[in-house]
Amino acid sequence: MGYQLNFAPVWRDFDLLLSGLALGLVMAIFSVLVVGNLIGLAAAFAMTSRSTALRRIASAYVTIIRNLPIFFLMLVTFFVLPQQFGIRIDKVQAFVGTLSIYAGAYLTEVYRGALLALPKGLREAGLAIGLTEGQTRLWVILPVMLRNALPALSNNFISLFKDTSVAAAIAVPELTFYARQINNNTFRVIEVWSVCSLMYVAVCYLIAAGLRVVERRLAIPR
Amino acid sequence: MSKPVLEILGLHKKFKEIEVLKGVDLEMEPGDVVSVIGSSGSGKTTMLRCVNLLEDFEQGSIRIDGEEIGYTAAPQRRRRKESEIARQRSMTGMVFQQFNLFPHLSALGNVTLGLTKVKQLPKAEATAIAERWLERVGMAERRNHYPGQLSGGQQQRVAIARAIAMNPKVMLFDEVTSALDPELVNEVLNVIKSLAADGMTMLLVTHEMKFAYEVSRRVVFMNQGRIEEQGAPEAVFHNPQSKRLADFLKNAKF
Repeated sequence: MGYQLNFAPVWRDFDLLLSGLALGLVMAIFSVLVVGNLIGLAAAFAMTSRSTALRRIASAYVTIIRNLPIFFLMLVTFFVLPQQFGIRIDKVQAFVGTLSIYAGAYLTEVYRGALLALPKGLREAGLAIGLTEGQTRLWVILPVMLRNALPALSNNFISLFKDTSVAAAIAVPELTFYARQINNNTFRVIEVWSVCSLMYVAVCYLIAAGLRVVERRLAIPR
Repeated sequence: MSKPVLEILGLHKKFKEIEVLKGVDLEMEPGDVVSVIGSSGSGKTTMLRCVNLLEDFEQGSIRIDGEEIGYTAAPQRRRRKESEIARQRSMTGMVFQQFNLFPHLSALGNVTLGLTKVKQLPKAEATAIAERWLERVGMAERRNHYPGQLSGGQQQRVAIARAIAMNPKVMLFDEVTSALDPELVNEVLNVIKSLAADGMTMLLVTHEMKFAYEVSRRVVFMNQGRIEEQGAPEAVFHNPQSKRLADFLKNAKF
């Protein structure tokens, strides 16, 4: 007696899976591309700055956060903050906060690498025409550095998007959470997890393809 | 005698413990073209970078049009505010050995950036000025090319246009042909010559002796952080007074 595939229960709740996927994407985009990016840029500039204090703070942040598992960080945020410090946050906020801090540490390294790869003469050329340090950063360093960082950024974005699945453990209603729920309610194990897998793969593939288009669009002609 | 446009007085500069400038004095009048020659490590480039405020210096002063740059006048000598330094930097135009064009901007964009962001000119006016200078250095037809699409000589000509478009009081050239293939050197030197003929004040660090001889009003020989000898090109090249200059010229290529 073989296992009879039956996708009907999965399709019945497919809108749940879709809404879970959408929540995961929204959380990733906000945490990684908005907050994480800002943290990463700021910390990367801090790490390459002349101030020892700034360098130490930024490097302590990266060392600590990058060396802790995101699952652990999420549990700390979700359980310790409210209990010990009385900070009331819901589970989505807790996860978005966790992912932002976590992504920031990875993106710091991405941007630090991109900054170090720039020729020293670029900054000097900006200064030499009379731009201030800040203007040089804004009009010269950032545009060149961001382009160089784009391949590594898309790689990290995909990886961090997949990390949204750990939020299922604190009942954030994202894709993995709903997949498990459908699995528990219907016992359609193979069906639900294969559909869910395909959804992750398809979305990550599309993200990568989309970012490659952006890369090509922004590429410096040579 | 007209008022000097650039005065360097007792300039001292150390990198850590090593003193690379040990009291340099130099004066330039408007329209002067001065070439600085000397072996590597003699301090020529460092002096130029001090004038552009890309290097700190511990002692001495640099004045442009009578204005003390980089630091407030002694005895309360302290480094000026960053915005002030940026303004003073734009009084000199620097051309680098490695061109250092902004790779993400077209030739035109490279020249207009300073005009729009530093001089805050409207875009149309900045473009008109940039196009005029690109034309002047023979790069008008390639104004929409990016640095990566240009040869070294072409990049360096754009870099000259970028610096001079800011209307600096003194142009500084730091071994601007050293990174170029031999066949591209002349197109850059010709541009510099024609700017000299127009009366642009220029301070050049160069290894091109023939060019220094032809273009300069004065040649300065630096050795171990000091100006060892200076004078008209004929005097410096044909009748060196110091043994060090004589030795240097013996080994230099013309």
